[in-house]
Amino acid sequence: MIDTGDTAWLLGSAALVMLMTPGLALFYGGMVRSRSVLNVMMLTFGCLAAVGVVWLLYGYSLAFGNDGFAGLIGDFRLAGLHGLTNTTVGPPGHQVPLLAFAGFQLMFAVITVALLVGAIAERARFWPWLLFVVVWVTLVYLPLAHWVFAFDGFAGPGSTGGWLVNKLHALDFAGGTAVEVNSGAAAVALAIVIGHRHGWPRQAVRPHNLPFVMFGAGLLWFGWFGFNAGSALGASGVAATSFLNTTTAAATAVVGWLLVEQFRDGKPTTLGAASGAVAGLVGITPGCGYVEPLGAAAIGVVAGVVCSLAIGLKYRLRLDDSLDVLAVHGIGGFTGMILIGLFASKGVNSAGADGLFYGGGLDQLWRQAVATFAALGYSLVVTLVIAWVIHRTIGLRAAREAELDGIDEAEHAESAYDLAVHPSRRSMAAGFVEGGRP
Amino acid sequence: MKLLTAVVRPFVVDDVREAMERLSVLGMTVSEVQGYGRQKGHVEVYRGAEYSVDFVAKVRVEILLDDSIVDKALDAVVAACRTGRIGDGKVWVTPVDAVVRVRTGERGTDAI
Repeated sequence: MIDTGDTAWLLGSAALVMLMTPGLALFYGGMVRSRSVLNVMMLTFGCLAAVGVVWLLYGYSLAFGNDGFAGLIGDFRLAGLHGLTNTTVGPPGHQVPLLAFAGFQLMFAVITVALLVGAIAERARFWPWLLFVVVWVTLVYLPLAHWVFAFDGFAGPGSTGGWLVNKLHALDFAGGTAVEVNSGAAAVALAIVIGHRHGWPRQAVRPHNLPFVMFGAGLLWFGWFGFNAGSALGASGVAATSFLNTTTAAATAVVGWLLVEQFRDGKPTTLGAASGAVAGLVGITPGCGYVEPLGAAAIGVVAGVVCSLAIGLKYRLRLDDSLDVLAVHGIGGFTGMILIGLFASKGVNSAGADGLFYGGGLDQLWRQAVATFAALGYSLVVTLVIAWVIHRTIGLRAAREAELDGIDEAEHAESAYDLAVHPSRRSMAAGFVEGGRP
Repeated sequence: MKLLTAVVRPFVVDDVREAMERLSVLGMTVSEVQGYGRQKGHVEVYRGAEYSVDFVAKVRVEILLDDSIVDKALDAVVAACRTGRIGDGKVWVTPVDAVVRVRTGERGTDAI
């Protein structure tokens, strides 16, 4: 028997998470130069298409099917989403259609790989990137999602799930490992392989449209309610806790980030506020269903401060992670995962554990650390290999001239803005208006 | 005939236009330009990285004037543009040899 309330919330959450990807396209698009905005948006938006196909064919099955090998990867039994129609899952009284869950989790896979665009912005070719998306989701995201999201007994009675959630018992409510730590580590690997932009870091890159960035960050914040509170998989008290914790952590992280800027640079900036919000949302993601609102506030402010300070890392490492995926997602996710070991409370969620501050000792802390480093190490190494092979064979990077003249025109034969009205364009427009046809 | 050219702060354009209307000067051309003088550029900060903006956004106003009104117009433009802070801009006047109104073929002062 399907619970309509739970199902409605899950479907709504899936739609909210979907909106995060075009939101991310705006967030990233505004941060690059005007000559690269379309390419960055296309790389991001393209993930919706590529991952959507992978998910149908075998993606869902490998992530959430019955375990195929040692808790590391699922099997192909659910390939083509075969047999999911009319199947329901969940505890008695709270059953939801399995297809609703499959749609919800699809959006997680999409946004995770879309986050990586931030590491290669302004210099990546479209088709090689899409190939990378398909291979990376298959070899990196699907295993990690299986490790941490696939519960025993989920794909069918007696089925086994992933090792992080079922054997290690690490806590990750909405994707601190599979989404955030994973994307941060993979971003480092991608940035190493593709190399820095021409002129970086000598030439600083000025974001061409900060209103885009603010609007994109707003959409991310909005969509994150689905991401986190939707992960309760039902319209429940835990969903409400996650919902409130999500916005609380984003709020305190904005304050944390802006205070760092005020002391370090002398001014609170728009880009800082947008970045702080995202850092807080990232930080609370793994713990949102396990901590009290005050714990969420603490996690948010720590994430805001730490991520803001981590921005300098890429200059130290001489690594052009263009839009700071490492600092915001990698470090933010890492911080959030570890802090669960301090702030988690069974009083909030009986399925969770007690952290150090709630009498649980160091037990949960080491579980969190193992899960985090496992995700980090696996993602970094495998991404390095995938990116290197694609880069060395078909080439991931655009030609130097394309990068300097504008990658939008070179890759897509389009430009975002008509900055100078060219005489030939003007006559074409006039012909269109007057004659109906150019 | 003279051409008055002013490179000034963007937000003073409406004040200049109103001042010219009061003097019954009927036309002007406005364009967005970038440049620097003694003001130089400024520094912007994005996620802690400093970005030096060398050129400052300005507006160039061009006004064709009859000789009889040049001094008054020059004073009015300067008054409209002055804030007293660095970056107020420059105004200069250059002689114009010929002016033609394209529609009618009128020349000289009649064409202004």
